[in-house]
Amino acid sequence: MAKTTTQTAKPETLLDIRNLRIEATVYPPGEAPKAVTLVHDVSLTLKRGKVLGLIGESGAGKSTIGLSSMAYGRGGVRITGGEIVLNGRDILKVGAGGIRKLRGREVCYVAQSAAAAFNPAHKLMDQVVEASLLHGVATRAEAEKRAKALFKKLSLPNPDTIGERYPHQVSGGQLQRVMTAMALCSEPDLIVFDEPTTALDVTTQIDVLAAIKDAIRDTHVAALYITHDLAVVAQVSDEIMVLRHGRLVEWGGTRQIIKEPRQEYTNALVSVHEIEHHEQKAEGAPFLSVKNVTAAYGGGAVKVLKNVSVDILPGQTLAVVGESGSGKSTLARAITGLLPPEQGTVTFDGRPLANRLADRPKEDLRQLQMIYQMADVAMNPRQTVGTIIGRPLEFYFGMRGAERDRRVTQLLDEIEMGKGFADRYPAELSGGQKQRVCIARALAAKPKLIICDEVTSALDPLVANGILKLLLNLQQQENVAYLFITHDLATVKSIADSIAVMYRGEVVRYGSKSKVLTPPFDAYTDLLLSSVPEMEIGWLEKAIAGRRMESAGN
Amino acid sequence: MLDLKRIPLGAWLGLVLTGLFLICAIFAPWIAPHGNGEIVGDVWEPMSAAHLLGTDNLGRDLLSRMIYGARITILIAVLATALSFSLGAILGFTAAAVGGWFDTLVSRFVDLLMSIPTLIFGLVVLSVLPTNTLTLILVMGILDSTRVYRLSRAVAVDINVMDFVEAAKLRGEGMRWIIFREILPNALSPLVAELGVRFIFAVLFLSALSFLGLGVQPPDSDWGGMVKENKDGIVFGIPAALIPAAAIAVLAISVNLVADWVLNRTTDLKGGRGNG
Repeated sequence: MAKTTTQTAKPETLLDIRNLRIEATVYPPGEAPKAVTLVHDVSLTLKRGKVLGLIGESGAGKSTIGLSSMAYGRGGVRITGGEIVLNGRDILKVGAGGIRKLRGREVCYVAQSAAAAFNPAHKLMDQVVEASLLHGVATRAEAEKRAKALFKKLSLPNPDTIGERYPHQVSGGQLQRVMTAMALCSEPDLIVFDEPTTALDVTTQIDVLAAIKDAIRDTHVAALYITHDLAVVAQVSDEIMVLRHGRLVEWGGTRQIIKEPRQEYTNALVSVHEIEHHEQKAEGAPFLSVKNVTAAYGGGAVKVLKNVSVDILPGQTLAVVGESGSGKSTLARAITGLLPPEQGTVTFDGRPLANRLADRPKEDLRQLQMIYQMADVAMNPRQTVGTIIGRPLEFYFGMRGAERDRRVTQLLDEIEMGKGFADRYPAELSGGQKQRVCIARALAAKPKLIICDEVTSALDPLVANGILKLLLNLQQQENVAYLFITHDLATVKSIADSIAVMYRGEVVRYGSKSKVLTPPFDAYTDLLLSSVPEMEIGWLEKAIAGRRMESAGN
Repeated sequence: MLDLKRIPLGAWLGLVLTGLFLICAIFAPWIAPHGNGEIVGDVWEPMSAAHLLGTDNLGRDLLSRMIYGARITILIAVLATALSFSLGAILGFTAAAVGGWFDTLVSRFVDLLMSIPTLIFGLVVLSVLPTNTLTLILVMGILDSTRVYRLSRAVAVDINVMDFVEAAKLRGEGMRWIIFREILPNALSPLVAELGVRFIFAVLFLSALSFLGLGVQPPDSDWGGMVKENKDGIVFGIPAALIPAAAIAVLAISVNLVADWVLNRTTDLKGGRGNG
């Protein structure tokens, strides 16, 4: 093809970003608008066909840098300095027409949430070939042929007909792969992957990851891979760049970054999952037993819990693990009474708990508290932190005035936040602080059990780590038990005393942590365990080869 | 807390005009140069130093009538709007929070009320009941509350499924706390926007009723009634009917300027503090 000959003639360096500076205007409440710098003089180069991983916490500027390779600034962000040289020209100087020619042709973008990025009103095929047709790269027939070949390469089911479907008719993992196909369809030189697997289950993530990796290898496209998960990026990239607060921390080969990090911050990221936690022995009587609970939505039409039995011991942690749709959150809803079980009982302190929330006495409600996944919607945006934490004190213990304020301050101390936070509104807190306030609200009731529903999955790894440590400390101080719902096995390993593995509404494996995590495994537990990315080069291939069953999302 | 310098010009205008109308309404007997029913001159005298706005169809001082009219118009409109909002919002929030049969029952009843044209319904009810200020307020308030009910229910249904409301329910909070402390503060913005519009609709509805002879009864008169009294003068080129009409328009605009400003201050759903 003529294209390959021109390609070899192009310079070897595809993307060269020099001293990139990106600014935005913020409007803080009660102050004059001011400009903040999001990215401080970051430089990077990317060779043809190579993959560079951009890693950092939220706010590190990784997406902003990724998008700048398309000369795009999201939400009023301005590129105010530096050069972005792509294919030998500075794309900041090519003008609006030049940028239109470049986007979707030379650089393509894969968004984090494929479900939100596809237009629900159009068929997948129309959206996949759109860029190719628009840029005149191929005729419709050619583009569709190419798309089908890509669907096949990305191991999507029914590659010939899946393009006829609408976005809502395929699963999340499949949609993410269709989006990758869309990016590859116009044969770009560079693809920006913006957290493409973050919203997926571990078991689905591994499939998508493998598909992306194969596609990159076979099409020789270069890629910027943006993520906050170092273990994921280690599987796909040749080089890794660690960013923090819009500045470069460390840039090196993948092996060097994960094996011999030179900066303290990188080291913290690499060793983030290591929490010391000694499993407590399952001794004594459980204070909360779930016996043969079956629960369903829609008046019995959709059974989401089938004959589930678990026990929780005082001051211990039971982790419930499974993919989305396995019924773990429903188990929490059944225990709290939000979804009254159809059959089975929940016993608490030797007596049965009323099935319905409305029938439970205040004392029972106090003993069971809950912490939610999304801390920002779990707090009333119109109440201050003081009110949020103080309300359970008022409600359960009748504390008022100075007595209540003293206890609020005390609780704020326990969650490692100062007294000054009592007058803040939730919008004025960071993600980790919000989750801490939710923990304090649960603690204020002095409960015996706190149900933690994916409390760390919306947080950055380092922040999540802090939350887990806090939860463990509080457990020792207050002797509170946790029902810890999560899909992240690394979290489970660092916090649980016993584990229940759930699959399609049933508990498939249950026991103490050491027992559940010791082979021989059943097929599903094996799949879950082997799907957790490990910070090791070549892990992905090994994991794919060693799998015994397909993930449920497929 | 409130920074006077940062109030926009439009809001200032609205605040000043609304304030003027309110002062007229409250201190009517002291401000008005003549009594409400007092005949002081010829029919439809032009504007003069003695009668700043001229006289009306019976020779009463128009300025004094306007000032007394402001009192009646604003009083009835404010009370009717207050009634419609308390009734509509509380029922709407309760329907959303309780759900089930209560929601169905109230919603269908409201649909039933709304299926009858408001003006015709009002005319029928008012021609049966004794026409006094209290009946007027009740009829206007209840008819208008159907609109408020639909809005507040729609807003509250969305808020009711948020995690923080679920957290309150898990805590065991009663309906009152959930409605007034969790839902209401977050539903305030659309309600305030609606408040401005609804108040004006109440003024216009009252004017329409008075114009048709079923509203405020003579010798008292609201602005709508004054348009009716003086409408025949228009044929002779006498502007007496246009002055109360203009007053209605100015009141409508100034109240909405204020409502818009309040709305801007409270719409920031992300935080509890207004953005000025």
